[in-house]
Amino acid sequence: MDLFEYQARDLFAKHGVPVLAGEVIETPEEARGATERVGGRSVVKAQVKTGGRGKAGGVKLADDPADAVAKAEGILGMDIKGHTVHKVMIAEMAPGIASEYYVSFLLDRANRTFLAMASVEGGVEIEEVAANNPEALAKIAVDANEGVTEAKAREIVEAAKFPAEVADQVVDVLQTLWTVFIKEDALLVEVNPLVKTEDGKILALDGKVSLDENADFRQPDHEALEDKAAANPLEAAAKAKNLNYVKLEGEVGIIGNGAGLVMSTLDVVAYAGEKHSGVKPANFLDIGGGASAEVMANGLEIILGDPDVKSVFVNVFGGITACDEVANGIVQALELLQSRGEDVSKPLVVRLDGNNAELGRKILSDANHPLVQRVDTMDGAADKAAELAAAK
Amino acid sequence: MAIFLTKDSKVIVQGMTGATGMKHTKLMLGDGTNIVGGVNPRKAGTKVDFDGTEVPVFGSVKEAMEQTGADVSVLFVPPAFAKAAVVEAIDAEIPLAVVITEGIAVHDSAAFYAYAVSQGNKTRIIGPNCPGLITPGQSNAGIIPGDITKPGRIGLVSKSGTLTYQMMYELRDIGFSSAVGIGGDPVIGTTHIDALEAFQNDADTDLIVMIGEIGGDAEERAADYIKANVTKPVVGYVAGFTAPEGKTMGHAGAIVSGSSGTAQAKKEALEAAGVKVGKTPSETARLARELLGG
Repeated sequence: MDLFEYQARDLFAKHGVPVLAGEVIETPEEARGATERVGGRSVVKAQVKTGGRGKAGGVKLADDPADAVAKAEGILGMDIKGHTVHKVMIAEMAPGIASEYYVSFLLDRANRTFLAMASVEGGVEIEEVAANNPEALAKIAVDANEGVTEAKAREIVEAAKFPAEVADQVVDVLQTLWTVFIKEDALLVEVNPLVKTEDGKILALDGKVSLDENADFRQPDHEALEDKAAANPLEAAAKAKNLNYVKLEGEVGIIGNGAGLVMSTLDVVAYAGEKHSGVKPANFLDIGGGASAEVMANGLEIILGDPDVKSVFVNVFGGITACDEVANGIVQALELLQSRGEDVSKPLVVRLDGNNAELGRKILSDANHPLVQRVDTMDGAADKAAELAAAK
Repeated sequence: MAIFLTKDSKVIVQGMTGATGMKHTKLMLGDGTNIVGGVNPRKAGTKVDFDGTEVPVFGSVKEAMEQTGADVSVLFVPPAFAKAAVVEAIDAEIPLAVVITEGIAVHDSAAFYAYAVSQGNKTRIIGPNCPGLITPGQSNAGIIPGDITKPGRIGLVSKSGTLTYQMMYELRDIGFSSAVGIGGDPVIGTTHIDALEAFQNDADTDLIVMIGEIGGDAEERAADYIKANVTKPVVGYVAGFTAPEGKTMGHAGAIVSGSSGTAQAKKEALEAAGVKVGKTPSETARLARELLGG
């Protein structure tokens, strides 16, 4: 889960990374009091989870509280690269800035370890530094069990060639930033820019944090950081039912078991759609290994509730789960939905293979549900589902 | 032969006495796996009956190894306790730990992987978030259905469980030497490359099927490895061409970030290394069949 800048700032402050005062607001009028509290002048910063907001006009300086209200009014509601601005941060005006640096900790998947990155060329997209001036970006592996000791922090500072007069301060910042990374179960903590002010102080002016949702069981505070307002309503409804669902732009609803098989199903449907008016998969939905009638009903309910969906493809490979149980699940799910008064009128194409497939197929045939068609290969079923979606 | 797991493997199950552990221990026994014990400190000294097969429960991995000579552990331990369980397996120096558990925090997986490395890599870790591995006709360590296929000459390595099953099913008449599910998490112990190396050196494997998916660059690295080191034919499949940027697709590691981790880039890298890549699972199976001479 990626956080907003203000949330990153709050986590930095909580663990002792030096930051400026800041408050998040959602209406222009709140900018007045907030600006008074941060010293009478402020920086009004759009809160969007994308880069380039400065260039897009999403960051403005306000000379006084009234000016902050005007600037917030202009920024709230703006569109920045497809992200609507619903929140702005009113930040303390930075003192004069002498230099801009970059520091981050992240997961290095390829080497299965953590990585520190640091550069004295901050303030620009770090991808640009990496591409145009790679020697200016120091990359130092951090052992997950040893962490960032003072010695490790010094190694990073030296590798990135931080000036001697800020070295001690940056060493401190790196150690506190590592605390954020560890204590918050982050996948990324990034400060860009980390600035040296004209009076020689080091401050984190802007930051990015991405959190590991697998750690939610020991991070009870993280749920409150979710941006529920921005979530797609279907995704929110699916999440409430513990379903692994991602909304996509398309017409063929997809249900399958296992993340890999469902991803593969999306691809196969997209290929089939090329022959059928370009229809595409409408969603990712993995109902997991169990595939009970209730889970199937919950999944179908989400998918049938998507107005974009014209047909549904249920693609199940029975591994440990037997296909007869899955077939019964589908039949019962349709009955369950009809009994709940749901509108069940979209055609379903079902492909069952694997454990007890014959039995499962027979159950579907015997049930003879008017909306359900059986196709016994994945490619064939995808083609049928795409054809039905295109015909609607 | 086969890789990592044979009929001689002596398997223990950490988390055997939980519901999932019980269910799959029974299935593994049914597939002929030599299960010599379970681990649960609170139930040490007891025995669990699986349809007439009595499996003793030990207080620790170390004790189980001392008593039985176990060399493989399969872990069905809930996410919150998985790190401690894997560390225990590493401390006992068990040669292979198969971590089935889904939902382990990345900081925990990174920590136990780093710990295994710091202890001299005496324990091979497979997973987490994986279906385990099977050597059909010999042994099954995990949750891969044992009745999909038979022993044969194809080696399979995959990030995905159900795609493993699908591919084994498509090629069930030919059969498999071993099939290894390496898992869909961002940090995993055994990689595509480790399995490719083992299959290349396995006299019982004639062809390798490699299944990847979006996220990270493991497939690209595997492609480089294949180009330099693998002489056996390799057939590939990559899932997730239609996955949007920035969305996690079921597996914690399956995410396209910016322009990196895309299925297209992985397919191109594999093809550049001489790997035949199928557009769909069934086309991939056809390619494997052709290379094996029909």
